[in-house]
Amino acid sequence: MYDLMLFAMFPGARMLLYAFPLIVVVSLVYGATRHELWPAILKHAWDTAVWILGFMGVVFLVILVAGWAL
Amino acid sequence: MSNDAGSAASTADQDPFAPVPVDLKNPTTAIFLAWLIPGAGHLYQGRRGKGILFLVCILSIYFLGLSMGGGRVVYAKWDNEEKRLPLICQLGVGLPTMPALAQALLVRQKMDPIEIAGVRMMAPPIDGEMAELHRTYGYLFEMGTLYTMIAGLLNVLVIYDAGAGPVWMVPDSAKKKKAKRDDSGADDGSENDAKNVESKESSASA
Repeated sequence: MYDLMLFAMFPGARMLLYAFPLIVVVSLVYGATRHELWPAILKHAWDTAVWILGFMGVVFLVILVAGWAL
Repeated sequence: MSNDAGSAASTADQDPFAPVPVDLKNPTTAIFLAWLIPGAGHLYQGRRGKGILFLVCILSIYFLGLSMGGGRVVYAKWDNEEKRLPLICQLGVGLPTMPALAQALLVRQKMDPIEIAGVRMMAPPIDGEMAELHRTYGYLFEMGTLYTMIAGLLNVLVIYDAGAGPVWMVPDSAKKKKAKRDDSGADDGSENDAKNVESKESSASA
């Protein structure tokens, strides 16, 4: 039900699913090119994934507010 | 040749982000292998875990992207009609992109491109075919192009890692945690100093 509401509000929300594999792979590869040990790689990958999601969230909010204002 | 970044291995036991000595063997061979097949350079250097990680991650998004566009998102075309710029990024993956160059060569020599299961895999589109591909696959064609481009660009980082070792970097969260630990350590130290001074003063007055 909530999913349907979300898709009704944001018709392109389903396309966000395509970002998921990219975020996982980019974070892991980026982390692995900065460290040699697994704990450090995984920590860095997690931080990168959070940063990417945060950045996407901020861009989403800016576009949402801009759309509201117009 | 090794990349130890001027650190001792023992520091890695205490701090997971501390640089670790890495045996790069022959970096030129490693660079070539890393470009040819993502992760192959690391496997050659004996860095098996990272090699498998790169191999699985990069090839999975590359072939996922390729399948999204029906095997047609990677192709070579450089003429007045179209200059296929995404191929520059896609070439970063190496061997998996080579069939695109072979297919383009066949088309240039007025020969039919090779078909696999009835699909002109990685062949440059002929007149009007591009519109049909976009009609068939919709936004997945663009998404597939993006996936394969990102796979190629990520492999550039992997190639650098194979040739020169990791670009040692401490994530922001770890830096903040360390700074906080240092601050609290400094505070404890200053408190202890103050207590010592007080006890000395009291003993002196007694």
